[in-house]
Amino acid sequence: MEKQIIITLGREFGSAGHEIGEKLAERLGISFYDRKMLDELAEKYKVDQGLIEKYDEKIKKPFFSRTVRGMSNSLEDLVFEMQSNFIKEKANTGESFILVGRCGEMLLGDREGHMSIFVLGDKEEKINRIVELYSLSRDDAYEKMRRHDKKRKAYHNSRCEGKWGDSRTYDLCVNSSRLGVEGTVDFLIDYINRRIAGLK
Amino acid sequence: MSLAAIVAIIIFLVMFVMVVTEKIEKHYVTMGCGALMLIVVFGLIMHDGNAVLETLNFKSMIQSGFWIGEAPDASGIDWATIIFLGGMMVMVEGLSHAGFFRWLCMQLAKLVDYKTIPLFITFMIVSAILSMFIDSITVILFLAAVTVELAKMLKFNPVPMILSEIFCANLGGSATMCGDPPNIIIGSNLHYAFSDFLVNTGAIAGVNLVIIIIYFYLIYHKELRGDGTKVDTSNFPAPSEAITSKFYFFGNMIIFFCAIVMLITHANTHLSVAFIGLSVALATCILNCKHLKPIFSKVDYKILLFFTGLFIVVGGLEKTGILEQIANFISKVSGGNVKIMIAIVIWISAIASAFVDNIPFAATMLPIIKGLSASNPALLATLAWTLSIGTDIGGAATPIGASANVVGTAVAGKNGYPIGWGKYCKSAVPATLIVILTSMIMIYIRYC
Repeated sequence: MEKQIIITLGREFGSAGHEIGEKLAERLGISFYDRKMLDELAEKYKVDQGLIEKYDEKIKKPFFSRTVRGMSNSLEDLVFEMQSNFIKEKANTGESFILVGRCGEMLLGDREGHMSIFVLGDKEEKINRIVELYSLSRDDAYEKMRRHDKKRKAYHNSRCEGKWGDSRTYDLCVNSSRLGVEGTVDFLIDYINRRIAGLK
Repeated sequence: MSLAAIVAIIIFLVMFVMVVTEKIEKHYVTMGCGALMLIVVFGLIMHDGNAVLETLNFKSMIQSGFWIGEAPDASGIDWATIIFLGGMMVMVEGLSHAGFFRWLCMQLAKLVDYKTIPLFITFMIVSAILSMFIDSITVILFLAAVTVELAKMLKFNPVPMILSEIFCANLGGSATMCGDPPNIIIGSNLHYAFSDFLVNTGAIAGVNLVIIIIYFYLIYHKELRGDGTKVDTSNFPAPSEAITSKFYFFGNMIIFFCAIVMLITHANTHLSVAFIGLSVALATCILNCKHLKPIFSKVDYKILLFFTGLFIVVGGLEKTGILEQIANFISKVSGGNVKIMIAIVIWISAIASAFVDNIPFAATMLPIIKGLSASNPALLATLAWTLSIGTDIGGAATPIGASANVVGTAVAGKNGYPIGWGKYCKSAVPATLIVILTSMIMIYIRYC
């Protein structure tokens, strides 16, 4: 890809946002960064991968850390800082990529080729998908969805100015239940191409 | 309990919780709560203008004893402590700007021929000695950074060394009046001299330092020995590279030396800590007049505002008589038994300081120990040393107990060596228990 594009993707649990992101990356021929980038991160900073995974996208617990002269000893802050530096360094290389979660729209929002997308879905559709993917009962699937979304929201809102899932935070919010995974990917490809055409 | 006392307690508790949660910067919290104490408790409820003036305590600064001679008795804002802390911060930034701390660490590493175990012991001792005179945040900021740098070059894990340095910084801070903020508050409020601390808490800290060096050596020596691979040290940076300018380096060192001499001799010269703080700050400003901006930009003025607000809130508690009631309660529980009182003060101080900022805790406990020794003035000094050791050492037990712990673990984390609660407490909690127990026994033997 000639022009650098960076797509940051927020998603509700069960909305197929992750799968849509993977398919978009494949169709556009660009890198896809999600939880798997933690391996590379651990290697780069020579830090135990288990520790990074433990504190990845976690909200800082009150009472367990302090900040002195702007220096925090919270491991959640530390992992967030490492991840943020890693993501910004990736962007600085000129590479085009899709990043899932991790407050991407805040970290990379000032880049010219940046597009922020949020994928949501209908409650019933999401529960159906979770039941299928994780072989859970409907009640358990609902509980899992509720728990994950609560965590994602709390994490995002504790780090970013814009609110998680709020249309004003993103360039585009799309309900994947309307067009299905493939249909949503097609729709987003069209949107992305139009945005690329508008880039200087 | 009066309405004023109830409101004062509420303001104090709100302040404490907000300081711990860090949702709002803590200097805004204490200043805001201080303003509430003055307006609501003293103004609207007590209608006592004098209490406001006494708590603001501006008049203390124009009394002769404030600068030279016998310090005046006062409650409320302890301006001597604030001026002293501010002055020392300016001096430390001057030293830091000239490259003193990095030079010292690199020079010591070179002196021990970059051997890990001697380096480990040397850095523990240096951490304790430097923290006797300057704030432990600065000490750990430099020691931890140099430790990580040396660890990368010498290929050892810096975490055990950083953890030991942090503990020794807290221990060293307990040895002198200017080593840790609680000591400055205790010393300036009870009119103790630098030498009073040195022969009392200093002696206890000295014995404990030996014990702690042995303790950390026993638990970490295997980890630090590494795989025995020889490292070529000929390409290591020369200590002199840390010095930005010889003129400023020696000039700032002379000011530091004068500050130490003034502190050690202030019982004889009758120069107050406020005078010492102001004079070293002025000397640093005159010497470094060409680059004051970088020096002042690093001075932590927020901590001075934090102290100011804190003194007002604690002054409010004192004036409403709540702290006297707590003192009476402790006295009743201990049945007047001095040994039980010491045990209560040292363990409560240590446990509380392990989890909450030890500065507000010490400021609150001070009027309580005054109350406890009201009928036995000889007891005051013993309880003051007990409080000092309890708050200073208790803070070493957890990653959030003292500022040095936060800075040390943050520096380690930023360099790829994250330290969680488990790793930190595994060595620090037993060390704290050993030191508190040893100190309590020493206090019993010496003072009871």
